[in-house]
Amino acid sequence: MSRTFEFNMPRFILAVALMILGLTFIYISETRGITIAQKNFTSIGILISGLIFYSGVLVVVAMFRDESVLSFAMLLPSIVAVGIFVYGFIAWSVRVSLSKWKGLNPDYTWVGLQQYSDLILHDPRFRIDVRNTVVFTIGFISVCLILGLGLAILLDQKLKGEALFRSIFLFPMSISFIASGVVWAWLMNPATGSRITGINLLFKTLGLDSLISLWHSNPPPWGMAYTVIPAVWQLSGFAMALYLGGIRGISEEIREAARVDGASEFEVYRHVILPMLRPVTLSAVIILGHMSLKIFDLIVALGRKDQRLDVPGIYMWTTTFDGTNYAQGAAIGILMLISVAILVIPYLVNSMRAEAEL
Amino acid sequence: MNRRIAIRPIFYLALLALAVFYLLPVYLMVLTGLKPFNEVDLKTMWDLPTNGLHIENFIAGYQQLAPNLRNSLAMVIPEALLSSLLGSFNGYLLSKWKFRGSNVIFTLILFGMFIPYQSILIPLVKFMQFMKLYGDIPGLVLVHIIYGIPITTLIFRNYYAGIGTEILEAGRIDGASLLGLYRHIILPLSAPGFAVVIIWQFTQAWNEFLFAVILTNQSHWPVTVALNNLAGSQLVQWNVLMAATFLAALPTLLVYIFLGRFFLRGLMAGALKG
Repeated sequence: MSRTFEFNMPRFILAVALMILGLTFIYISETRGITIAQKNFTSIGILISGLIFYSGVLVVVAMFRDESVLSFAMLLPSIVAVGIFVYGFIAWSVRVSLSKWKGLNPDYTWVGLQQYSDLILHDPRFRIDVRNTVVFTIGFISVCLILGLGLAILLDQKLKGEALFRSIFLFPMSISFIASGVVWAWLMNPATGSRITGINLLFKTLGLDSLISLWHSNPPPWGMAYTVIPAVWQLSGFAMALYLGGIRGISEEIREAARVDGASEFEVYRHVILPMLRPVTLSAVIILGHMSLKIFDLIVALGRKDQRLDVPGIYMWTTTFDGTNYAQGAAIGILMLISVAILVIPYLVNSMRAEAEL
Repeated sequence: MNRRIAIRPIFYLALLALAVFYLLPVYLMVLTGLKPFNEVDLKTMWDLPTNGLHIENFIAGYQQLAPNLRNSLAMVIPEALLSSLLGSFNGYLLSKWKFRGSNVIFTLILFGMFIPYQSILIPLVKFMQFMKLYGDIPGLVLVHIIYGIPITTLIFRNYYAGIGTEILEAGRIDGASLLGLYRHIILPLSAPGFAVVIIWQFTQAWNEFLFAVILTNQSHWPVTVALNNLAGSQLVQWNVLMAATFLAALPTLLVYIFLGRFFLRGLMAGALKG
């Protein structure tokens, strides 16, 4: 790691060439515009030209032969992109949420926390959203964990066809929330009598009339609880995969030792394996929890903006883009962010600390 | 040991019952899609087709969604390729060339994958309008690449952590630079990492809805937006809708069926393990 500057003529020429090329492309894109197949590529062109220019800068930085500086310099475009698109935009949203911007023209008149207090204290729709999110989150996480753990233990029994079953439980994760919401809306059709269909029809045919349900059309808040079914269908496989990974990570010797001590198979799970799976449960709760706090597309496809199944994500969408109430929309977005941050930040900081200690 | 054998059939029964629950929606989609128009009746929803198998619905569904399937493809392919390249580079730098504060920067980048996108949506729309990237596919590609930086960086960083530093040090003694080591040692070992990230980003972008519905106009809608719109219209027969839903889900489903183990690894990386 000698911190010396090593001048290299061919590389210097390359650097200058890249910078000139980048600047020229920027100039051309800026003055003429770029249109390919009727699409406007001007901004993309400027972005790419900027990166070409920057690669020239990197060639110069590389001559200093201090790799940690070069590493940072190469990472910089990504850092800037995330800095703007995540942190810069969050700050901008916060500013919008503190204004009274309603209508298409930006209005940044400062109103302090008024949007937040209106939402939290006086807005019945937002209250329904919070209640729905709580119902959904509790139901979704608990059913996913229980089902996921059950599936993982079943698959741990060294049964034939294990790989096939594992694939069956996991495949819904590859399908979009929109597609599964559309199908489940049909499966959970609430019609009764002569128009009975979906799972209800299946129950009726099987003579299980007592199981016939209004599903997500039940009166609030129970309707929301039924939206957990498609969400569980889609993501319980994820919990299963996490638990199965955790169980497989426990060495066979530990289990054998417990068996030698006279523990039954059930006791091995109860007293040996389950306690060792606690970190897995924590990961699963964080990942599933942050998904459920921002649940959006599944409910859109399932409930078609049914007000009784409203969640903050949908409220934000409609109030901002249908109602042009930007300030309120921004406040809802920031409240969603806060709820996710409370869940995720301690976990993120912890895992990074744990890693640093290794 | 006897007792273990005795309860095995119960385990199988439980697994089978659960498998039925997981397969039910797909069974319904395919079954309904294969029925002719005149057999579409709410009463016979679960019955097998009686007049042979028909593929009209899939053709009708395809006709409804064809432009949107093309839009999705045009978006997803450049997005997956570019974001895997970017992620590979970032992951390499953050795992093998740590600098002061690199772990803090990594954590800050990582937070970006958890945020609800509603919290950045208004600035994003304004920014994209200002950059004249609003409404079309290139803008959507850019957005997916940028918000994909956290997960792609994470997957590659974990992947490269598994490659020993000895091999890099040997290369350094031979005089290779940071970039040289990447090209001659890291890149040839990266194929599985690229498979994981490309498949992950493909699936995510294909299935994504919020950015798609907000940032594109109707002629550039990806398939999720078009499908959601189709489901909301009263004019479409529901066996066509089921066939269309199946077609919209098919690409990611095929990727899962044939490349599932890579998909699973991407999934696990999201749990910050490894």
